[in-house]
Amino acid sequence: MTALVIKGGHLIDPGAGVDAPKDILLKDGRVAEIAGPGKLKTTNGAEVIDASGLTVAPGLIDIHVHLREPGQAYKETIATGTAAAAAGGFTAVAAMPNTAPVNDTPEITRWMQSPERGASARVYPIAAATRGSKGETINDFAALKAAGAVAVTDDGHPILKDSVMRETLAAAARVGLSVIQHAEDTRMTHGASMNAGPTAFRLGLRGMPPEAESGIVERDIRLVTELRDTRVHLHVAHTSTAAAVAAVRKARRNGLRVTCEVAPHHFLLTEEHIGLYNTNAKMNPPLRSAADRDAMIEGILDGVVDAIATDHAPHATHEKEVEFENAPNGITGLETALGLCLRWLHREWKLPLGRVLSLLSAQPAALLGLKGRGTLAAGSFADVVIFDPRAEWTYRAKETRSRGHNTPFDGWTMQGRVHWTISEGRVVYSLPK
Amino acid sequence: MNATAATPPVRRQLQTPQPPASAFPYHPGSLLSVDDLSLEDVSHLLSRAAALENQDPLTRDRILLKRRIALLFYESSTRTRTSFELAAKSLGADTTLVSNLSSSIEKGETLKDTGLTLRALGAEAIILRHNSSGAPWLLEEATRLPVLNAGDGMHEHPTQALLDLRTILAHLHNGAENVGPDTLAGITVAIVGDILHSRVARSNMLLLPRLGAHVILCGTTQLLPDSAANAGPGISVERDFETALRKSQVVMMLRIQAERLAGMQIDLAQYKEAYQLTGQRLAAHAPTAIVMHPGPIIRGLELTAGVADGAQSAILEQVRHGVAIRMAVVERALTAAKGGRA
Repeated sequence: MTALVIKGGHLIDPGAGVDAPKDILLKDGRVAEIAGPGKLKTTNGAEVIDASGLTVAPGLIDIHVHLREPGQAYKETIATGTAAAAAGGFTAVAAMPNTAPVNDTPEITRWMQSPERGASARVYPIAAATRGSKGETINDFAALKAAGAVAVTDDGHPILKDSVMRETLAAAARVGLSVIQHAEDTRMTHGASMNAGPTAFRLGLRGMPPEAESGIVERDIRLVTELRDTRVHLHVAHTSTAAAVAAVRKARRNGLRVTCEVAPHHFLLTEEHIGLYNTNAKMNPPLRSAADRDAMIEGILDGVVDAIATDHAPHATHEKEVEFENAPNGITGLETALGLCLRWLHREWKLPLGRVLSLLSAQPAALLGLKGRGTLAAGSFADVVIFDPRAEWTYRAKETRSRGHNTPFDGWTMQGRVHWTISEGRVVYSLPK
Repeated sequence: MNATAATPPVRRQLQTPQPPASAFPYHPGSLLSVDDLSLEDVSHLLSRAAALENQDPLTRDRILLKRRIALLFYESSTRTRTSFELAAKSLGADTTLVSNLSSSIEKGETLKDTGLTLRALGAEAIILRHNSSGAPWLLEEATRLPVLNAGDGMHEHPTQALLDLRTILAHLHNGAENVGPDTLAGITVAIVGDILHSRVARSNMLLLPRLGAHVILCGTTQLLPDSAANAGPGISVERDFETALRKSQVVMMLRIQAERLAGMQIDLAQYKEAYQLTGQRLAAHAPTAIVMHPGPIIRGLELTAGVADGAQSAILEQVRHGVAIRMAVVERALTAAKGGRA
């Protein structure tokens, strides 16, 4: 394998505590050497990337994406989804199991990671917690883990039965897997298509009460408490309500291993962004009130939020061009996450660049135990993003590498232009000249 | 990972992204929401309604002679459909009715494709009744034709609010046509019953306060969430029917929309006990108020037959005003200048 030298850049590696000008030698898919500018020992024959004036950081990691394969290639494929990931600076993604069929077997888990999928980023499958994600029969977690699954979840079909959720948490802990819960009491959200409240009333749409989310988070935390097993790890997906973040904060203070992620749309947008029935502002959990949105920002700034995850959920255009209540939930996110995080979290709300990058790499890697990812310490995977942290640009949905054009951020100003993305030593994205 | 939980600091003042102002410019002939109309537009529609109603039918039908208007109905309707159709025909237009039960909609055709098909067939405007809130925006965006909202889900029914306004003005203001922000000052309108599922309630509560009226929403918590009071200015919530009656000059009764209850259980005996408009209640608490109802009425449920047929009832007048208002709205749809929002 050829070697690659990144020189002249400013390395920010929050996991390794580095924030300084460094040159980097990548070899055989790994980080071979880090040294001060011009100080690399062996660069003979290596291809050189000139990163002068740019920031070099560990490749970003998104622990919540929907790649739609197997079964829904018209929405996205693993190849197109990870191409979008690469364009957004991501080198690893964790793929949700709501495929067709549901990823509840080692065979599908392995199929998703096969080189034949043509992925531009490392794909970590998250397997279904129960057979068919029906919330009844728990899958063979040991076998799924052996096949490469990094966590289990029933995602959009949250586990409602206490007994099944308790057993899922216990069984996953025994094999060292995290349990991810899409917290939604679906008994309270039937027929609803946005957040409950005055805006839903005005638009004549049925609403999902915030309690449908926080109630499940509180129930799950109670189950974790009762299990009294330090190996149990509950991760709350796409937190969207102030009450849910508060519950996670309290659980952490009580020493429980409970983590949470927030999606860019939940710390940026409110239910008002639905405007006049924009189906590209429809997702689940829905955009919430301004108070909830502010609580997401607060949770990120004060550190209770462990990761930014996009919930990248591509859909075909024709599926979104329907009545609001009939449109499928979800928006794309891989290409806009870094640009939005730098524009808002960093520039507007003054979160230091190192902490923004940590939320997008080191912390999600630690959360799911992705060894050798999320840092550029010598010996780690050669997963790198090289970007101009100051450059402003406009996102155009029609230029996306994803099959899905369903984003509320079309035409938005982004900050931070990705110049190169390198996955295990291979350049998987370079900014078109 | 576990060490970072800290007490949240006092909420900072944060700059956050602003919601979009408007999704796209409407066709100026469209009427999707009462919010699309300025009070000047409302006055113009009221005066055109009066003029068209009194015009010789033989000259009136030159106004839109042979223009093509499609009625696209995804829900059953008696009053709205018939009055729109009669209104369009009175102006000389050709109308065609497409309903979800006897068209390719049954075969799975989307609203967008049905709209594009109607446009290809020569429709110059589409009157849409749909069971999904917001559907008229989708249709307008897809076809760029003038779209008239004849009721979308639980959201709005703007021509109903206009005809209700005309009915109120006929009783309380001698049929005034020129309206302003004080025209209905001092007037209280009670809207009673299934507010949650009612597009008529929403259009009226958004329109009438702009003319100075106060709107009291009255019903059970099940059918009227507290947050309804925040839908706009000049709106309050009153749970006690008789209190609401005593304050009101206009009482709009609504039917319970069984088709939209989505599993909600309602104790009808209890409901009638608290909210049925009976002759006794009316005589005791609102002996001079006008009683309105958008229809269809369910006699013996939200109001008694005696009240429906009684001297204070304006229910059939509302229906009559519907034809005049819809003539004005249809005329506007096909004669409004292109370009820019109305």
